[in-house]
Order: sequence, then C-alpha cells, then structure tokens
Amino acid sequence: MSRYTSATPADRAEMLAAIGVESAAELFEQIPEPLQLGRPLALPAGISEAEVFERLAALAARNADAERQVCFLGAGMYDHYVPAIVDAITERSEFLTPYTPYQPEISQGGLQAMFEFQTAMSELTALPVSTAGLYEGPSSVASAAYLAIGATGGRRRLVVSRGVHPHSRETLATYSAGFGAEIAEVGLADGLTDAAALAAAVDGETAAVFLQSPNFLGAIEDVESLGEAAKRHGALLVAAVDPMTLGVLRPPGECGADVALGEGQPLGNRLDFGGPSFGFFCGSEELIRKLPGRIAGETDDADGRRGYVLALQTREQHIRREKATHNICTAQALNALAATIHLAWLGREGFRELGELLVRRTAYARERLAAVEGIEPLHGAPVAREFALRLEAPVGTVLERCAERGIAAGYPLGRDYPEHEDGLLVAITERRSREQIDALAEALEEAIRVERDDLLSDSDKKSSQAEAVGR
Amino acid sequence: MADATYPEELLYHPEHDWARIEGAQATFGITWYAQDSLGEVVFYDPPEVGAAVVKDSPYAEVESVKAVSDVIAPLAGEIVEVNEALAETPERINEDPYGEGWLVKVKLSDPAEAESLQSAGDYRKLLEGE
Amino acid sequence: MTLAETPMQRERAQTIFEKSKPGRRAAVLPPAGVPEPPLSELIPAKLLRDEPPRLPEVAEPEIVRHYNRLSRRNFDLDTGFYPLGSCTMKHNPRLNERVAALPGHARLHPAQEPRRAQGALELCWLLQESLAEICGLPHVSLQPSAGSHGELAGLLLTRAFHADRGEARTKVLAPDTSHGTNPASVTMAGYEIVKLATDERGGIEMDDLRAKVDDEVACLMLTNPNTLGLFDENIAEIAALIHDTGGTLYYDGANLNAVMGHSRPGDMGFDIVHVNLHKSFSQPHGGGGPGAGPIAVSERIEPYLPRPQVVRRADGNGSGSSFDLDFDRPKSIGRLRGFQGNFGVFVRSYAYILSLGADGLAEASETAVLNANYLKARLAQGRAGKYVPIAFDRHCMHEFVLSGKPMKRELGVATLDLAKRLLDFGFHPPTVYFPLLVEEALMVEPTETETKESLDAFAAAVEQILAEAESDPELAKQAPYTTPVRRLDEVKATRHPVLRQPL
Repeated sequence: MSRYTSATPADRAEMLAAIGVESAAELFEQIPEPLQLGRPLALPAGISEAEVFERLAALAARNADAERQVCFLGAGMYDHYVPAIVDAITERSEFLTPYTPYQPEISQGGLQAMFEFQTAMSELTALPVSTAGLYEGPSSVASAAYLAIGATGGRRRLVVSRGVHPHSRETLATYSAGFGAEIAEVGLADGLTDAAALAAAVDGETAAVFLQSPNFLGAIEDVESLGEAAKRHGALLVAAVDPMTLGVLRPPGECGADVALGEGQPLGNRLDFGGPSFGFFCGSEELIRKLPGRIAGETDDADGRRGYVLALQTREQHIRREKATHNICTAQALNALAATIHLAWLGREGFRELGELLVRRTAYARERLAAVEGIEPLHGAPVAREFALRLEAPVGTVLERCAERGIAAGYPLGRDYPEHEDGLLVAITERRSREQIDALAEALEEAIRVERDDLLSDSDKKSSQAEAVGR
Repeated sequence: MADATYPEELLYHPEHDWARIEGAQATFGITWYAQDSLGEVVFYDPPEVGAAVVKDSPYAEVESVKAVSDVIAPLAGEIVEVNEALAETPERINEDPYGEGWLVKVKLSDPAEAESLQSAGDYRKLLEGE
Repeated sequence: MTLAETPMQRERAQTIFEKSKPGRRAAVLPPAGVPEPPLSELIPAKLLRDEPPRLPEVAEPEIVRHYNRLSRRNFDLDTGFYPLGSCTMKHNPRLNERVAALPGHARLHPAQEPRRAQGALELCWLLQESLAEICGLPHVSLQPSAGSHGELAGLLLTRAFHADRGEARTKVLAPDTSHGTNPASVTMAGYEIVKLATDERGGIEMDDLRAKVDDEVACLMLTNPNTLGLFDENIAEIAALIHDTGGTLYYDGANLNAVMGHSRPGDMGFDIVHVNLHKSFSQPHGGGGPGAGPIAVSERIEPYLPRPQVVRRADGNGSGSSFDLDFDRPKSIGRLRGFQGNFGVFVRSYAYILSLGADGLAEASETAVLNANYLKARLAQGRAGKYVPIAFDRHCMHEFVLSGKPMKRELGVATLDLAKRLLDFGFHPPTVYFPLLVEEALMVEPTETETKESLDAFAAAVEQILAEAESDPELAKQAPYTTPVRRLDEVKATRHPVLRQPL
C-alpha cells in the first residue's frame, strides 16, 4: 500500500537505471546481512484514511475531556478559551510545515513571528530579553539552573521553594544528577514560601533561587522580598510565573528577577493531555549571551530593508557544540506563534480585563466553596486564578462523586504533597462561569455530606455492634 | 580588509596568536590568518585584569557570526591591561589585528619562554602547510 | 543583476505592535457574572501591576491580515521541495491534524484521572509498542520533547546505569560528523566529549575507536546511517567494543527514515535509541517545533526509564486490560518534564503509523533511499558532478553529502552562494556546512514523498546555477534577488542585538 509516495514502476525503472543498479535491494546491501531485518515489521498492515479516523475517534471517545466534564483542573495547564483565529492561522501551510529558519531570506514569516513573540513575552515579564521559547514549563526551570551554574562561575547549590511546581522540582532533580548540582528545598508556611528559611538556605555557593508565583497552591508570592536573599549572595533570582496572570500581577522583572520563565500553555494552546505547549524564558541584559535556544534579531538586508535573522547563534548547539548554552534544536515555534496570536487578540486592554475577571471569579469561587460544610481554605494567602482547599472527606471519593455528576472538581494535592492528603486544588478560567462554580459547590457539598453520612452510619453500626458485643 | 601581513618584529604561536615583547611585559593578539578564518568579529569576551594566563592555554574567546574561537596565550603571565575599546568596536580585530586590535597586555612570569615562539618567517611557512 | 522590486520586497516588514492603535481591540470577554470589587481589595497593591503590558491594540481583521501576509513570507514544505539533510522533510498528512483536533484528545487535561483518560493512555501505549517494534528495543518512554531532549535522557540513563554498578565514568565518544546536539547534550549531562575520526569509507575510523575505548567511557553516541548518509558496516564490531568495556551504545534516531522495516537499531546492538517524531513520523516541523523525541531502550536500561511510564495492566476481574501511569519506579532517573509529554504529537505519529502500517513504513524507507540515490546519480552528471562532487563515492542511504570545494576553488562561488541562488529558483536549499568533516558541505535529503519530476527539476536548477557561475560568479554571490528580503546582515544582528520591538 502506497502512502504519500509517488514512485510508479516506470519511475522506479528509470531511477534504478540512472543509479546503475538492478533493484532497490542492492542499495541496502551496505547493511551487513545479519542486520537486515529480513521479515516484515510485526505491525498491522496500513489501513485507509477513513479507518484511521474511526480508530482515533474511538480512542478519543474514551477520554473525559473538558467538553464532557466541566474542568476545574489546573496545576500548570488550564482550560482557557482559545479564539478561532489561532487555529486558522497556525494551520496555514506556511506556518505549519517549514523547518527552523536556517535560510532567513525565505523564513521572514517565522522569524518575524518569533520576534513578535519575544516582544510580547518581554512585555509580560518586564524583562528586556526573551528567547523564542523552550519545550515547556518544568524543563525550562532545569534549563535556568544550567544557565545559573554557568553564569555564577560554577556555583552548584540551587535553593528551591516547595511552592514551585512538583514537576519542575522533579525535573530539576533529574537534570541536576547530570550537571551536578545540590538542591536545597525551602518549605511553605500558610501556603507561602517560608521567608526566614529561604534566607537561611541561601549562601555564597548558591547559583540560583527558584520561586513560583502564583505558587503551586495558588498563592501569590512576594517575589521581591523573598528575592533579596539571592541578591545579597550574588545568586540569580529565577521566577516561574503564570503568563495569564501577568496582566494584573506585578511582573517578575519589576521584582528583581534575573530570569522569568514558565509554562506557556494558557496562551493560545490546547490542553492536549499535557503537550505540546511551550516554555517561555526571559532574562536580563547581562544574561544575553547565556540564554538557551533560539533568539530572533532585527537587521537589514543588502538593500536596506528591515528583516529578521537568528541572532547570537554562537550560543547554540549547531555552532558551539559541546560549549553551547543548551542542547536544544527543535523547540515549540508553532506553539509560541499560537501564543502571540492569542495575546494580539486579547490586546492590551483585553489581557488586563481577562486577568481581572480571573481574580474576581477566583475570589468568588474560593469564598463560595469555603462556605460549604466540610470545606475550608488550605491557606488564606491572596490568589489569582487557582486556590487550595481542605476537605473533611477523602478527596479521591469526593472527586469520583463529582465526576459522576460531570465535573472534574480539581487536582488532589495528596498526589504531590503528602502533608496535604486532604487538599484539593481548584483552577478557574474565563470558561468557568458563575453557574458552573455554583454547581461545583453543590456537587462538593453533596459529595462530602454523603461521605460523612456514610461514615456516621458506619460508626453508628460500629457502636451498636460494640454495645451488642459488650453485653 | 588588509592583506595578509605578519610583522617581523612580532613572535608567533602555532595556534595563530602573536606576542609583542616589551621588556618584562608583552602584548598579545590574534594573527591575520586567525581573523580571516573567523570572519567579521562581533564579540570579544575579555578576561579580568589580574587574571593569570597559562602558556598554550585559552584565556579569552573571540566570536564571529558563525564561529567562536579560543584565544591561546603564547606565554604565561598576569593580565595588567585589557583592550576595553573592543567592547564597542570588535571589528578592530579584523581591521588592525596587530595594532588597534590588540587583546591584552601581560606581565610575563618567564620572559625566557619567548624563545619557544616562532619568527614571522617560520609562522608563514607553517601557514603554507595549512 | 538589477531587478525591479518584487511586490513582497516592496512591502516593508512591520510588526503587529506597529499596527497598534489605542482603542482598537479584538477580544470580547464574557461578563464576570460575579461581584467585581477593585483588585486592590483582593490582592495587596504591592503584588499588583501598575500598567498592563503594552500588547498591541488591533481588531481581528487586522490580526488575520497581518499573519496571513506574514505567512506568505515563508517558504514551506507544502509549497515546495525541501531537501534539508538530517531533517527528513517528508509530507505532513492533513489527516493527522484532523484527528489531533478531536476534542477527546485536544481538550483532555493531563491531570485527568487515568481511569477517565483510557483512550489517551491506550494511544500512548500503542505508539510505544509500535516504536519498540520499529526500533527493535522493547521498552519505550514517550516523555522527551525533542531529539536533543531524548539525547539528554539517554545520557542520564547511562549515568544511572553506571552508578547502579558503583561506577562513575567520565567520557562519551561521538564521531566528528555528529550533529551538534550530541556534544551539547554530553556537556549538559556532565560528561566530557571525546571525538572519533572518520575513515575514508565514511564510517568510524576503527583504530581511533580502539585507541579511545577504555573504562572511562560511559557511552558511544552514533547515528546509523551517519550524517554522511552512509551505513557503517562495522557496527557489529563497534557495538561489541563498547559493550565489552561496559559502556552503553546510543543511537541518534535522526536518520531512522533510511531503515524502517529494513534494519533496526536494537538489532545493531544499540541500548538506547531516540526517535524524532517530527522527522520519520511526519509531525509537521512548525517552523521550529513542536516535535517529540521518545526513547526505546534495552532490557538492562529499562529500570532507569523516566517516571511516569505508560503501562498496560491486566484487569483484576480478568475482563481485559486497562492503561495507567506507573510512578512506582524506584530506579527511575525521574521526570524530564511536566505531565506525560507532547501527546498531540503522539496522536499524529500514531495516525501516521496506522496509515502506513508495516508495509507502508518499509516502502517509505525504501523509496527514501531510492530517491536519494537517484538524485545523487543525477547530480554526479554535468557541471554538478564537476563542481559539487560527492564527498564519499558509494551508494548512499537516505541522504548524501556533496562538497563545494571545487566550485569555490575554480569559480569563487561558495556553497552558501549556491544555496542562496537556489532560493531564486523556488527550492529550499540542502543543509549547508554540515557535517564539518566535509569542506563546503551540502547535505541533501529528498525523502520518499517527492516525485521524480521534483528531483529532476532540482538537478536542473543546480546545473543552471553552475552554468551561470561559470560565466558570471557574481550572480550567485549576490543572490537571492527575488525573495521577500535579500541577504541579511548577520554581523549587524549579532554585534548590536535588537531582540524585541522597541515601544
């Protein structure tokens, strides 16, 4: 079965003749005979496009996606509304199918798109330089550590708040086994990074301090104050931030961050069960030559027309090889373009308004849910779009009952924070209406009540059994 | 760009660096061949004043658009002066590699080491073999 | 050569920011529907932003027009031939876009309970099984987000493997022809790179390898066929040498397109393989990503695979099986990134593998090798054969490398100039100046999805450009003339970096 190839028997005959061989098999003779597979792959034969579609649709039907369950799940990726123009533009052949822009004269579309993305992210984070992006949030944190080690002349200590996303902390640990770094974790107090513990943890061997705001429990951190410990010891301050909150929250560049990065998915990208998305990575002027990955720069052509090229390529693997600032080649260019289009669609006013809407709905949701019998806030710190609750019923069971009512009520904190077995993380987007929030409250109330009734009736049974035994 | 020249009064290192000896001090730079191979220099990352340089080891980097080159110290010593002007105008390294394109001035730890370096004539012969 | 400006050249670049006008907007947001106190009542002023970021203020029609016009300043694969060596620019089927967009896949949250994401987890598992069969290695992790991410993973797996045996090795070997990501990954993983020479057949110089293999060597990183497009016939001996000294053998899967269904890296002796889904498995390149770099590993490496792993479990009640994320992996190197990986890429690649099947995949590789050898034969004739001869004269696999050294010496035209003149002829040039081993290198990979006519047209264009160069070398040296911009001043861009729109 031929798929996407065009070589007819007549074509093949001509080509083989031109090459000077009898058959294509001769071209494979450079593979030593014992290494020739000599049998078909143990995979099914190819099938028609219609059948492929049916199979993939059948698989899709077995997923409780955000159309089938109202999605209050967050933890770094959010069910935002992506405007229709994003797909309309990113599925254009001219953006979808080219390679990395190594020939700039015919890649001005992609290079200018990168330049616009860099401008947008620089604006959002208030740091002067942005790269064209990395893979996603957590690995960007690890990349920042690699940068910090180089930038501080080889310091090997990394101080990380427990409020940083657990996937980021884990990824950092994985990478650190390679480039050799010691990680010191600083705990939380009432949902926020323990400032005294942080200050005590930073010393002259610290390459970087890592904070996240809002942190994993949804709390907005005072990055500026916390960051002073880093400044005192000449360590880099790395802030992981939620881009969708940067319309209303003070940006990391105004809080002393040397590097601002994070998960870019909320901007223009689907949930897609976790990827592809992108990681944004912005830095100070001083760090320009140490930044990882592609950066587009403005210049002129031979006739004086403005154009764009990949700038500072000597940092990159294809030139610098073992001394490159990073090994990244293929990144997430199309996802970054989606983000740029989304940001242009929101615009200056819309982006701010969306941030305000998120903060207000989140405040409403936290208050409404905390008023439910058996629920209280896990912390009282200010929040922007996500918050943590404590449930007086097993979280797993509550989530199951809510799922039966068509609601994915939130992320069970016990997955990553053993100290919060009873914790639930609830995320808000502009798609989560007041009605849906109220329905969530009712569902949680019902679920908790049923659980407690069950427990009560169980303990009634136990005490009457005990009485029976006692007689 | 100037034609290939290798001034007679300088001493040369096979990794394409030159030294101008001035008593117990020397000035270092890269040769015409080095800057020609590199292409237009866009960035020079100088070492700190006071840093030690080790003979035959890299002490700085010079970048063009397409390549980065280690600059090798022809002799050992301590850096006493760095060419700050190159931060703004690194192209001087191409235009005037032996004059305005000088990289560092060094207090030599062992001036006798200069004997291991090549004359202009020997260096030119080396290049012909390249 | 003076030409009038093309319409696209006449249209000067303007960023979306420069089209902004205060008061314009595209987004209409839903009403809050909840109380709307001032934000300062909810969040302390210190934590609030004073001024919103200066995003552009434009309406939807202007946004669409801007990006549509911008897109036309790109050359793309759907539009023309793109023989970039090492990149495998094969056709990106639109079916794959359609299935990836199904809401069941596209709107599924990664933290959804595995029980309610069975379709997604099964798809991951089926893809893993398919890649395992194609690579000849039983255990697959889909986590790495790109080839270089897979390389880093492979090196971290190697480190864990040795550490588990109480060893701390320091070196990694790689040929001088290796892709830049290989040595860059080596340094990121905390190892020292040691380069291996290439012999006159284009394979690893075996004496050099034998001299450098010792018990400090953690790993040898290779691709086979290599970046010269040549299959290293000594691979069995290479594998034995490394394994005998206790090292791991890593396969850079960038060139897998040459051997699918014909040979398998697992059978060649590799321990760890990364697969570029955006190369052999048709994921669109997107102008620089997204992609994915899943890894397939041997039994002895399996314990160290990243966490979580997608696994199939037999159902307790015996009615079938279910799929799950397995976090219980005590020897795992840990996470490489958030959640499960670039799932959207998995959907497309799985659809591609289903479409082609065993027969289609083998045919794809066979046709890729046929097309490459045919184009190589065409370019061995005429002026191309004279000025840009093949670097290693033997049958190639899916790609081949020419050297522009005679062209430079006799016509004063560099490989770069030939590449720029090709742009005027409507072709994307091959990869230039890689591998470093070949002077004035030109690496050509046509892939299997090109017609014979497309290959003939490319050969004819090269011939014509060389004929031009014989009489007027300046023509190529000042090219391109007809692209949206002409040659760009890369020196200026790097000397005085302007990396964002000033506002």
